[in-house]
Parts: sequence; structure tokens; C-alpha cells
Amino acid sequence: MDQRATFPLNAWYVAAWDAEVGRSLLARTVCNQQMVLYRRRDGRVAALADACWHRLVPLSLGTLVDDDIRCGYHGLRFNADGRCTHMPSQDTINPSACVRSFPVEERHRFVWVWPGDPALADPALIPAIPGMDDENWAGDGNMVEVKADYRLIIDNLMDLTHETYVHGSSIGNEALAEAPFEATHGSTMATVRRWVLNEEAPPFWAAQLGKSGPVDRWQVIHFKAPATIMLDVGVAPTGTGAPEGDRSQGVGMWVIHIPTPSTEKTSYYFWCHLRNYRVREQRLTREILQAARGILLEDETIIEAQQRAMDANPGRDFYNLNIDAGSLWARRLIDGLIDRESGADALPARVIPLVPQPDTVRA
Amino acid sequence: MTTPDLWLDAIILGTRDITPTVREFQLRYPKSVHTAPGAHVDVQAMVNGQPCTRSYSVVRADAKDTLTIAVKQVPDSRGGSRYMWTLAPGARIRASAPKSNFEPVYDASPCLLIAGGIGITPLLSLAHALVARRAPVQMLYAARDRAELAYVDDLRSMLGDALSTFVSSEGEHLDVAHELRALPADAQVYLCGPMGLMDAVRASWSSQGRDRSRLRYETFGSSGRLAPEAFTVHIPRLALEVHVPATQTMLDALTDAGVAMVSNCRRGECGLCVVDVLDAHGEIDHRDVFFTPEQHAQRSKVCTCVSRLAGGRITIDPPWRGDPDLTQTDVLAR
Repeated sequence: MDQRATFPLNAWYVAAWDAEVGRSLLARTVCNQQMVLYRRRDGRVAALADACWHRLVPLSLGTLVDDDIRCGYHGLRFNADGRCTHMPSQDTINPSACVRSFPVEERHRFVWVWPGDPALADPALIPAIPGMDDENWAGDGNMVEVKADYRLIIDNLMDLTHETYVHGSSIGNEALAEAPFEATHGSTMATVRRWVLNEEAPPFWAAQLGKSGPVDRWQVIHFKAPATIMLDVGVAPTGTGAPEGDRSQGVGMWVIHIPTPSTEKTSYYFWCHLRNYRVREQRLTREILQAARGILLEDETIIEAQQRAMDANPGRDFYNLNIDAGSLWARRLIDGLIDRESGADALPARVIPLVPQPDTVRA
Repeated sequence: MTTPDLWLDAIILGTRDITPTVREFQLRYPKSVHTAPGAHVDVQAMVNGQPCTRSYSVVRADAKDTLTIAVKQVPDSRGGSRYMWTLAPGARIRASAPKSNFEPVYDASPCLLIAGGIGITPLLSLAHALVARRAPVQMLYAARDRAELAYVDDLRSMLGDALSTFVSSEGEHLDVAHELRALPADAQVYLCGPMGLMDAVRASWSSQGRDRSRLRYETFGSSGRLAPEAFTVHIPRLALEVHVPATQTMLDALTDAGVAMVSNCRRGECGLCVVDVLDAHGEIDHRDVFFTPEQHAQRSKVCTCVSRLAGGRITIDPPWRGDPDLTQTDVLAR
């Protein structure tokens, strides 16, 4: 059956929130690569393989000394490039002593690492994340460790029909599950669009809007391979022009979800809710963070149960429905990246039409 | 969830023609297999030199490792039956173990089995299973010619007067709406047959306000109202013109031409390979069960794995839009 890898290595993955990495040693496993992250005195982040060159003891159990890690076993020191700078009881340093250093970039409040071939680590490939670096948008997020394949989290987000059933007390309602949607794709992105027109807002959105009455609700899910999902969501009172592009009377959010594969069956799930209303109210930031934590816990429960059921039913495949089109496009794009780096792309991945296309086409 | 195909190498022990166009193939597997009522097997047929999966109903289990399927020879088919009919005793074929998505519910409610033509094959084992359980069962069986009423003698001896046949060449007509009206509210219907019959039953069932879960049907997406013909697909967004031969699906022709598509069931059930129809010169032969008959009549979307155009040219819009510009406000598409 399908022996294909579940994630590409040649890609930027979020390893941590910016605030998680400081003057201490943080151990993370990204795409099966165990690494240790820390901040140098000038603020730049370093990511080294988390195993000492000497006896493989995790360096994350050691100590940060200036910009070096000192191994907690025999005191070997390694700098941010992974070069050994000190060996005990000898005046020289073994010239082959080093640990792997991973390319790191800090952007959009996240620390991104590249677990694959460092020669290919182009910072321009880090996804642009709207709202994250914009003073008109405010918000915060968190990370949860989920015991499941990161693609199950992507599946969950690429079909927001589940909001009706998993999050019925906050953001879901019947109108959402029954509204028509459109799944489309480009060469690196997949998009699912859904508009619910002239319906009562579910409780969470009614509270954000602060008005009663029917609303037009938009839900545009953008997936960027391999693991960034950006939800453009919001509501506006019906009749104020949101479907035509005027959202000025409504409230909107960019909800960022980045499930980073840790192993084949575990993930770091980074998420963040950014809003474009009442941006100076820090209390609202906290309230949304707390509400989101509850909503995400509902997803986590379902997804971990799904992973356990998959493990209990080996060899069984999903049956895909029409609502799964978005997740199938996302997985197609992920598989394209995997095939390209494993050399399987002798066969065309068939994501990109043969006919040249302008890269941006408005629907 | 579905169980993915694990191909087994079966051998054809024998064949038998039971009507001028229906041939039985007895398959022996390399191991024991379980056959549930209503089961089918997938086989790997070679069509235009390519392995293609086709599904055929099991008409009986002969031994622990041996079963019999029946295949109707359709001259204008997608090539699966033509391949099957070339196979002689001793030939090898890759086949899946039997699967059943069509098992009956054994409650006390009356069962009506409705078969059209080769659609009799899954209903045959269902009838056996229901009769063995002494369930109240009736069957309506329609065919074009009397000679094409496969298994009618078996069925007659099993069902007696509970079997009604309708031979259209002799002027006998199956009035679906009338038959369904005569059913009690808790009746179950099991249906398999050509698209026209399936649509008629589905439409009457819903217009009579019956419980959707009490109507079960099986389709392998192979039959349409119209004979398959070659047609052309025009895709303005990609500046592409694709020719679809009579023996190929629109989905395969589009994929071969480099149009990115997603699909799953490939028999008109899941709705993943749907594209928007912008224009059609020629009649659309909808062969899926994903859309309702009302949606079919709108002619705005088409299931590309099974549905076709009966000649002519169809203009479609596949899901390609390019990568979006996230700095732009999204507006309601179309």
C-alpha cells in the first residue's frame, strides 16, 4: 500500500512561537529530527541536532554558555553553527567534531526551521501570513501537542463542515453545514470558499459583532503546502455589501493554523486568532484566546481518537466525500512536494496544468 | 472507510452463457473468501492496454474459495465487459475478495427487490438470503427481451407469484410510481438497474415522501440513458480542448490531458470529480447518483468519472484558479 513519506523535509516548518525560545535550551522534534533551540545573545535563534557528537547524549540536557551549548555529560561545547569550541582535557579540538545545524528563520512571530537539505533553504519560501505583522490586526495564539498525523489536522481544517458538529455551541450551526462551497487550487495553494448568506450568526460570532439580526458569513480556507492554513473568516450584517467585497460593517479574523509534523503520528499544533476590530482591547485578546483553547480542545479530542481508530484498523482507507475536496487538494500538494524530493516526480505530479497560467487568478 | 483492494490471483474455472448477452465466470481464489449477500468483486480488466478496475456482482458462492460472477456483454461499454468476454477457462485474473455494501436489513418489514436487466445480479443473492430468513419479499424484474431475463427460472421457483416480470419488447411496462404507492410505509426497497429505472425509482420514492434510508441501490456507474459517444471538452480557463473517446471517461481524458483533478469512488457516488458546466452543445448523460434528478436537470455541474455528453461539445471549468492573492478581500464567487 502507500509507503510514501507523510511529510516533505525540504520545507520551512514552525518549530516554536517566538516567545518560547529564549536564553535556555528547548528540545523539539520536527519531521523526526530531534533538535535543540536557543537564542544567542544578539537575539538570533539557533537550532542544533539534539545529540552530542561524542556520546549522543541530548544537548538539550546541557547548559547554555554565552552562545554555545555545553554538553551536560563531558562538557564538550558547540557553537550556533554546530562547531565544537571546547573539548575536555586536551589542548586541541578534534577537527571532525560538530553537530548538525539547521537553517532557522524568525518570521511572523514564529521560529521556522528547515529539516531538509540546507542548500535549498530559501527564506523567500516561508509563507506570507496576512495580519501577523500588521498593526490593524491584533491577537495571540498557542501551541498544543497532538498525538496524530499532522495531515489529520489539515483535513479537519480544510472542511469546516465539522464546525457544525464539533463546535455547535460556539461557531457552528446547521446553516453552515448546508451552505454550498467551492474547492479550488493553484500550484502551491488550495482554497475552500463558503458563504452563508442571510442567516442568524452562531453564538461566538454574534458576540463579536455585538449586534443581532441576520448576517452574511464568509469562510475562506487557504492552505499553503506543506502545513500552513490561513482562515479568512467573519460576519457582516446582511445587506451591508460583504459578499461584494465591502466588509467595513463586519468583523473579521485571520485564524492561522500551523500543524508541524513532529513524527508520523505526533504534531505540534500552532494556532493564532487575529482580529481587525477592537484591536486595542487586550482583554478581548485574552477572551478570544481562552475561547479558542476550548474550541481547539474539541478538535484535538476528535483527531486523536481518529488516529487511534486508524491504528486499530490497519490497512483501511478513508472513504472520501464531496466535502473532502479541499483536503484532497491539500494532500495532493503535499504529495507533490514529497515526490519532488524523493525523485518520484519523473511522473508528473499533475498539480500544475500543462498550459501556462497567470499565477494569480481571482475567482 | 473502505478496505483498499488487495489483489488476489484468481483462476477462471469455467464459463457459462445464461442469456445471449450474459456470461457467468467461475473464479477460484488462492484462499478462502467470504461472500455476503449482495456482494461484488473488483477485477482488474485490461482496457486499451491499461489495467482498469471493474466491479461485478457475485451471483453465488460455489465453495470456500470459489464463486461465480455474471458479466453482461455491452458492445459500447467502457471496455471492461469486452475484456471479460475474451477470457476462457484456465485464464488468470486479478480480483479482490468479495465486498458488500448492499447487505439487507433483516427486520419484519416487507422487502421489494427491483431489478432492471443485468441489475438482477446483486439482487439474486439478496433474494436467496431474504427467502432463507423467511422475510416477506417481492421482486419486480424488467428486461428488454424475454431471452434476457437471466435467472428467471431460479427466481420463479424461489419466489413463485412474488416475482413479476416486465418484458418491454412484449409491451409490458413497469409502472414504478404505481408499484411504490402500493407499498406499506415501512417497506424496504433494494434496487439495481439502468440509470433510467434508478432515476424513476429515486424520484417516485422522494415524491412519495418515503424514508430515504429504506431505499437501497447499487450502481457501478456503467450505464447511461444514452449510448457512449466521443465528445469534446472545452476548458477556457486553461485554453484547452480535450477529446474524449467513446471508450474513455471524461475524468481520465482530462487527467491525461494534464488537467489536475481529484476523485475517489469512480462510480458516480462521492462527487469529488465534479466540475462546473459553463455550456453544453449536446445532451448530458448524467450517470451519477451523487446529484438529485433536480440537480441533473439544472445542467450546471457534471460528475466526470461516469457522466458523458452524447456527442458534441461541453464547456467546463475545473478547480484550477492559481494561487490566490491573500492581500485581496475575497468576494462571493459567481
